[in-house]
Amino acid sequence: MKSAWDKVCIARNMERARATDYIENIFDGFIELHGDRNFGDDKSIVAGIALLDGDPVTVIAQQKGKNTSENIERNFGMTNPEGYRKALRLMKQAEKFNRPIITFIDTPGAYPGIGAEERGQGEAIARNIFEMSKLKVPIISIVIGEGSSGGALALGIGDEIIMLENAVYSILSPEGFATILYKDASRNVEAAEKMKMTAEDLKRLGVIDKIIKEPEGGVTEESREVFINVKKVLIEDITTLKKNDTEKLLSKRYDKFRKIGG
Amino acid sequence: MRGEILITDIIKKNKIEEVGAKNTEASDKMIGKWLKCDSCKEILYKADVKENYSICMNCGRHFRLSARRRILQTIDDGTFTELNEIMPDVNPLEFEGYLEKVNLLREKIKINEAVKTGIGEINGIKVAIAAMDGNFLMGSMGSVVGEKITLLIEEAIKEKLPLIIFSVSGGARMQEGIISLMQMAKTSAAIAKHSEAGLLYISVLTDPTTGGVTASFASLGDIILAEPGCTVGFAGKRVIEQTIKQTLPDDFQKAEFLLEHGFIDKIVDRREMKSTLTNILRLHGYGGEHK
Repeated sequence: MKSAWDKVCIARNMERARATDYIENIFDGFIELHGDRNFGDDKSIVAGIALLDGDPVTVIAQQKGKNTSENIERNFGMTNPEGYRKALRLMKQAEKFNRPIITFIDTPGAYPGIGAEERGQGEAIARNIFEMSKLKVPIISIVIGEGSSGGALALGIGDEIIMLENAVYSILSPEGFATILYKDASRNVEAAEKMKMTAEDLKRLGVIDKIIKEPEGGVTEESREVFINVKKVLIEDITTLKKNDTEKLLSKRYDKFRKIGG
Repeated sequence: MRGEILITDIIKKNKIEEVGAKNTEASDKMIGKWLKCDSCKEILYKADVKENYSICMNCGRHFRLSARRRILQTIDDGTFTELNEIMPDVNPLEFEGYLEKVNLLREKIKINEAVKTGIGEINGIKVAIAAMDGNFLMGSMGSVVGEKITLLIEEAIKEKLPLIIFSVSGGARMQEGIISLMQMAKTSAAIAKHSEAGLLYISVLTDPTTGGVTASFASLGDIILAEPGCTVGFAGKRVIEQTIKQTLPDDFQKAEFLLEHGFIDKIVDRREMKSTLTNILRLHGYGGEHK
């Protein structure tokens, strides 16, 4: 039986499958699209259009690197405002062309930097949440590694929220939580347990809908079975979500978040 | 923490204590007749400060306000009806000592939660209003704050009312973990509905507005106002300094910085807040003959 902290470590493992591994194994004909049309292209977000079982979908994914140089290029998966704005631009495009949206979440948090604040990190996250809550196409969000803070939520307003078995999703890192509430960052293991950040805990709390199994030790780029499974779940969920008319889709999405902590 | 300093403490203990975030009804009684402005260091007679909207007469520093005084300063006398004053507490993480802390605080400062919500009039114009309270666990947003704000927005949609939210917050409430994070989604989705209904939302940022509140409803106003000198940001200054290994300038994340970078519409002195709100409401047809 793995502890919450064990899962945090697996979720952060350098060998863990990255968003691009999912994209390569699940979709066909992926074309990456760049930029927010305003400031720049944030490489912590890989986004574009692809076919899922023959049907076009928009894919938005947070990407960590597999080694240090890739991680520097991807800013360790820490998204800047222009990354959230690129995501929003492509989600709005998906709405225009009636494509379902699939978001892959994997971030230690939104980037805390001077430029990020100057360019309105808070506004960028808020705007994504606001807009996603009313996009007229199905949205599925999958937490594949770390889902930390508003930096994850900004891509997480899905009709269906899925987590990989060893992924974690929380208000901030266990280290941050321990620093704030215990005034002691070294109590991170205990904090991880208390925070209820594992897929199982979150399913029990009603925050997520489904959990996808991983092989012992966690999903890597070789875990073909996991990719096949994710693909199957995505196809099923989109088929189900497409049965709703727009009004029903949006009212269900509203209620999904409305009932949390009510 | 920033704010007023007790002169009695300086005299008695020769020690400086900052009480800027505590100038509430309850602490009014405790802190004596004098304060020291933490900005210009001027010693001020407390009754005069109160008379002056809790603004330093010398340098114009806006001291923090409780939700109760915010409502008093903004809403016409006798027109405020509070909504959902008392809500059941929740402890989703079963975090040890959390509810005890909340209850003790409630008894001590006589404030129910980190936000007060209700319906009232501003120069005769009916509005839905929320005022957050920095005295209650740093104005952090947990389930009760998220729920009260969402219920207020839903009431505003139902009654076709403009919405005004005064924010002051340290962000999402840590003790409720992921459930606090989800309040960002809940409140923002409600704001989206209010917006879709064509209704006006004015967000007023006060010192400090940070974290999950900045990254949700506080940044979503049709019009965003801020009090002079207030701190507004997503990431905390210390977190940024640790990340970039540099010291940040004093004006970083201040209202003036946000105005400069295009994230707020206007900085408004507290003494002109009510007239500014009235003007904006009227420009949107509220309080006129046609609405």
